[in-house]
Amino acid sequence: MINKAGRNIPEEFLRDGVEVFQGQYYLHDKEYIKSSPTVRAFVDPGQEKLVTDLREAIVKSGLRDGMTISFHHHFRDGDYIVNMVVEAIAALGIKDITICASSLGDAHDPIVRYIASGVITGISTSGIRGKIGDAVSRGLLQKVAYIRSHGGRVRAIEAGDIHIDVAFIGAPTADAYGNARGKGGKSDCGVLSYSMVDAKYADKVVVITDCLVDFPNFPPSIEQVDVDYVVVVDEIGNPKKIANAMLRFTQDPRELIIAEAAAQVLVHTPYFKDGFSFQTGGGGPSLAVTRFLRPYMEKQGIKMGFALGGITQPMLDLLNDGLIRTIVDAQDFDLPSIASVNTHPRHFEISISQYANPFNKGAFVNRLDFGILAALEIDTDFNVNVVTGSEDGVLRGAPGGHVDIAAGAKCAILVAPLLRTRIPTIRDRVTTITTPGESVDVVVTDVGIAVNPKRQDLLAVLQKAKLSLPLRTIEELRDEAYAIAGAPEEIQFEDKVVALVEYRDGTIIDVVRKVK
Amino acid sequence: MKNRLRRTMMFLNAQKASLVKDAYIYKPDSIIFDLEDAVAENQKDSARIALYNALKSIDYKGIELVVRINGLDTPHFKEDIRAAVAGGIHTVRVPKTETCEDVWAAEKEIEKAEKEFGVPVGKTLMMAAIETPLGVMKAYELAKSSKRIMGISFGAGDYVRTMRTTRSPEGVELLGARTQVVIAARAAGIMCFDTVYLDVDNMEGFADEVRLIKQLGFDGKSIISPKQIAITHQIFAPTQAEIAKAETTIRAIDEYARDGIGVFTVDGQMIDIAMLEGAKRTIELAKASGIYEGDLA
Repeated sequence: MINKAGRNIPEEFLRDGVEVFQGQYYLHDKEYIKSSPTVRAFVDPGQEKLVTDLREAIVKSGLRDGMTISFHHHFRDGDYIVNMVVEAIAALGIKDITICASSLGDAHDPIVRYIASGVITGISTSGIRGKIGDAVSRGLLQKVAYIRSHGGRVRAIEAGDIHIDVAFIGAPTADAYGNARGKGGKSDCGVLSYSMVDAKYADKVVVITDCLVDFPNFPPSIEQVDVDYVVVVDEIGNPKKIANAMLRFTQDPRELIIAEAAAQVLVHTPYFKDGFSFQTGGGGPSLAVTRFLRPYMEKQGIKMGFALGGITQPMLDLLNDGLIRTIVDAQDFDLPSIASVNTHPRHFEISISQYANPFNKGAFVNRLDFGILAALEIDTDFNVNVVTGSEDGVLRGAPGGHVDIAAGAKCAILVAPLLRTRIPTIRDRVTTITTPGESVDVVVTDVGIAVNPKRQDLLAVLQKAKLSLPLRTIEELRDEAYAIAGAPEEIQFEDKVVALVEYRDGTIIDVVRKVK
Repeated sequence: MKNRLRRTMMFLNAQKASLVKDAYIYKPDSIIFDLEDAVAENQKDSARIALYNALKSIDYKGIELVVRINGLDTPHFKEDIRAAVAGGIHTVRVPKTETCEDVWAAEKEIEKAEKEFGVPVGKTLMMAAIETPLGVMKAYELAKSSKRIMGISFGAGDYVRTMRTTRSPEGVELLGARTQVVIAARAAGIMCFDTVYLDVDNMEGFADEVRLIKQLGFDGKSIISPKQIAITHQIFAPTQAEIAKAETTIRAIDEYARDGIGVFTVDGQMIDIAMLEGAKRTIELAKASGIYEGDLA
């Protein structure tokens, strides 16, 4: 069946109430009954939660073949938990496990051999990169993978689309009764936002820490009332690897050209006024926009009401200089942000449900004025791909909060170079749609700015603005890209679907097929 | 166009497609496609072909396009000129010029190529690179050697070697040459460009050098990274005070000229008609730098 984004979704995936994508707000007002976990009551005060090792925790949790386990990705490239747990599960001879991770990255390459051996047979994730991306794209995973945005993952768990049997939560500090925090130990990651839904909805919750602290570890991100077992290990992760190349502080002049123009677009919209709200996604140009905003804010005496994120040093600088009133933080991308959250009086941790879940009673993204987002590809309908590579169609990205921010923000600004090496970013058709064009307002490239025709209001104000790059149509940008690099050839896939790209509301926006 | 803004002349390896394909996005005033030092000896042919294709197929959006050809003592320079002129290059930069004969030798080939490829004879401009002590001594002659010469450019690499010194952060070893070259250019009524700054990560050192050469009177700088563009343009941009003064000067001269008065004072400052040209240049520079908000045409 062809969905509203023009993609053909095979009927075999449209069962049990699963629908094709039908527009970004199609399921507004939908009523549903939340899923609920099976809870084991702790009536006897003599019962302890601390177990000797991971193996014992897995055994006691009752994990068995065919179950689903979950992880957070606050440590990003420095995560040790996923590999550690999967190895322990494999050693116990358990197989046919589905991983429901908030994201997977290069740090998890060792998992591939457990995909090959049948220990891991299903994956639900936002990010899918490196060797796991290759393995899934080559059809090695037994079940079809689910690509979910951050908000979409929480929705899927709360709505019962995916049920977590055992959640494994790496926690920088925990007490022996399960109160866990993102701060205070030797491996701080700042917040535990991604795990909050896991703790509330998984049948069994195992907290894994490398820093056991006195009871009560307060205020907790993960509460004792939700935790079954606590395990102490040598190391849960390396915070120094949280900031990878995607989160670098860019000096690249091309990225700065894009960022400067994006900031100019932002400040000329009617939403740039005192109290405005703002989020940037990962990637050099997105993060650099924050730097270019400051002079406009200072000159016009405008302060940001709240910044949402995905927090990095430039945001903290604005907070500390009084230019941001509040930071609401779902993830920390560098060490200064980790140090600041829950320490600075106006820098707060929130859950991912609060951040982006479309099926609660109103997430923070709904209150965003601006979202600055990167893209691997953008088509002439403004549809965006952030998950498959342009060269080979292999899974190598993440919708992350992209989809959620684009749907929520009044003005979603996409930033991308016109070409990546010699491959057009702006094109007739994106390899995979992750974010529908209807939720994209402006595209800023290094050669020009295109406004989505549905936003004639923005086009009108930008036509009067002094911008460092010209306003063009998206078709003109495509033509310029093609003039330089030629029209990209369509990647050839096999018929087999290896991953479903779920829109944040649970409908299917696209599928990813096996690469040839 | 002989006289145009040339604050930044960015070197690009003509063979590197990833650089060449869209270098216009950085908005340098000029792009110098390098066929000389950046290209290995056995790659000269392919670099030339790449240059020709880039010139023919990419819209550089009004940026001046310059080619740095190989030395006149190499077997390459004639073909370099043919390929560049055939592609429609605006300016040929001749390396290591020391005598007028050097300029004329290149000019002869340019004229031949212009005739061969139907380019109006005389359209292709030249710049002479001055990179040796002899070149510095002959700077004025070189600057006057051809009508095609739009500017002379100082290159420090070979110069310091020949002078048996090295480059210092302060650049004292280059002061004499820089001064001589810029005086020669001004005396000849052409433009003058400074050498490259090699440490692309040292933005402060680079900025200091740009301030120095601007103060010496240079029109612009040769650069090797797009990172060096914005800061150079910023330093070359006139200050708001300079813009205000230029506006006052232009308006006042206009007003007094109608009454036939050539010298007068405004706000205690003496102004005369000779200041008009400089004031107009300031306004033009302000416009080019994107900072002019006044209403002078």
